[in-house]
Amino acid sequence: MDAVRLIEPGPLTTIQDRGRKGYQRFGMPVAGAMDLFSYRIANLLVGNDEGAAAIEFTLQGPKMEFLQDAVIAITGAETVPFLDNKPLPMWQSIFVRKGSIISFQGIKSGLRGYVAIGGGINVPQVLGSRSTYLRAKIGGFEGRKLAAGDIIKTGKSGKGFPDFKNRRLPKGFIPDFKEYEEIRVILGPQAELFKKESIEKFLSSAYEVTAQSDRMGYRLKGPIIKHKDGADIISDGIPPGAIQVPGHGQPIIMLADRQTTGGYAKIATVISTDLNKLAQLTPGSKIRFKAVTLEEAYNALRAQENTIGKIEEFAINPGLTKVYKLRISGREFIASVEEIHE
Amino acid sequence: MVVIKYKAAGDMSIVVEFENEISEKVNSKVRSMCLAIEKSMLTGIEEVIPTYRSLLVNYNPLEIRGDSLIEKLKDIENRLEEIKIPKPKVVEIPTLYGDDFGPDLKFVANYNNLSIEEVIKIHSRGKYLIYMLGFTPGFPYLGGMSEKIATPRLENPRTRIPAGSVGIAGSQTGIYPVESPGGWRLIGRTPLKLFNPDHQPPFLLQAGDYLKFTAIDEEEFYRIKDQVEKNQYHVKTSLL
Repeated sequence: MDAVRLIEPGPLTTIQDRGRKGYQRFGMPVAGAMDLFSYRIANLLVGNDEGAAAIEFTLQGPKMEFLQDAVIAITGAETVPFLDNKPLPMWQSIFVRKGSIISFQGIKSGLRGYVAIGGGINVPQVLGSRSTYLRAKIGGFEGRKLAAGDIIKTGKSGKGFPDFKNRRLPKGFIPDFKEYEEIRVILGPQAELFKKESIEKFLSSAYEVTAQSDRMGYRLKGPIIKHKDGADIISDGIPPGAIQVPGHGQPIIMLADRQTTGGYAKIATVISTDLNKLAQLTPGSKIRFKAVTLEEAYNALRAQENTIGKIEEFAINPGLTKVYKLRISGREFIASVEEIHE
Repeated sequence: MVVIKYKAAGDMSIVVEFENEISEKVNSKVRSMCLAIEKSMLTGIEEVIPTYRSLLVNYNPLEIRGDSLIEKLKDIENRLEEIKIPKPKVVEIPTLYGDDFGPDLKFVANYNNLSIEEVIKIHSRGKYLIYMLGFTPGFPYLGGMSEKIATPRLENPRTRIPAGSVGIAGSQTGIYPVESPGGWRLIGRTPLKLFNPDHQPPFLLQAGDYLKFTAIDEEEFYRIKDQVEKNQYHVKTSLL
């Protein structure tokens, strides 16, 4: 069904899902939403499957007209959306009437926002995914970013709640996007190719996100990192968040649209939960890397999935469950309180 | 005995590293291990990416921890001799050499003091190991080209190279899967599609197999191209 017509698309607005997995061995990059947390929450709030295709916008949200009644949710970078000139809350499902126009003010913090529409966005799947991979012009909307006049269709993702509206994410769960982030990494897979002093410097200095940063990777600027014996390795696979350091000594963090293989030594790899934070960093933001153990990374991931599970429960039964995030002596706990009717 | 290294690459991937060299011997170990991992159907493995001398194993940490996965991979390594691995395939790439389809063929011949016919003969004689795929979807990193036809890249890369172009860069040969810019010396073109999202399987080649080029004429080129468009072409393969 025709659902949305783009009036002003914004500088980089694409269709994304969780990414195109299973074809990296053939040289096909994964792509997918950069901030998977915000993207998944947007889907949950409108009753979609977590992996339904949604709109990812960058720097500026799109102005669009709804061609049918819809339920939408806007998450990610902090901005002010408008429904026919009336400001709208983010991180909440909203009923939008046919003929309404959604528009956005500029972004206050963060970089990328998500608009999920009930039923998910229906573009053809390419190799099992609806994600746009711009460099090879595949997936998403005709393999390209959205343009004025494009008409997006919706599908039948999720439980199909016709009036899945006013589901709101409790405040404590809304991420806080900063311009100075601590990003946790696991050293390796080729940390042994770097000088010890350089690894120490890498972990104790601030690195700036430069303007040469995009969905493929972030080029950073900071103290030079020195290799023991050259930057080149025999090309191998690149995991998400890999931090490769070419001969010039400035790190590059490889992200969603990264090529599948590469020939630069990788000093460290960003842990999966912190990729979402990275996705929201604008050029000029600063990063400080912190080395953690695998155990800490797994704990962070489990905590995140636990949170998303609670949010899902809450989103489906907003009247029945109240979810609280508690912080007790530095540790976060999630408590859900259910009303019991007798 | 060479020790295989297992290294964490973040919290979702493990690198399995073999000897630090580019050789058919090492790459065949990569291929065997890759196929053995696939056969094992281990829970939690999402994707295995074979490269020159290593494998990247992506896993879901909510289903399996990295350390237990490494133990399981080591088990597979120890049983590798028992696991039956099929022989590599040789995929035939029909190629129309020269003229508009290979505008640099003459240069390659002149550069190496050979006739055009000799270049074609040398290029289509070899079996090339597909070490890995990468760079662009479906692009094969090939080994085994004769030094007799090695030619440096163009000084000014072309902005638009048609899909299927066969080229030489230094002592490497390769095929452009999709239209892209590039600096390889173009010697011919294949009517086959290395990447076709509407076809099953979508990729013509896989890492660890071999390919060989077969010279065809223009008439055959268009005949095969037509069959490829209609999804009726059967790619010729043989066992190594």
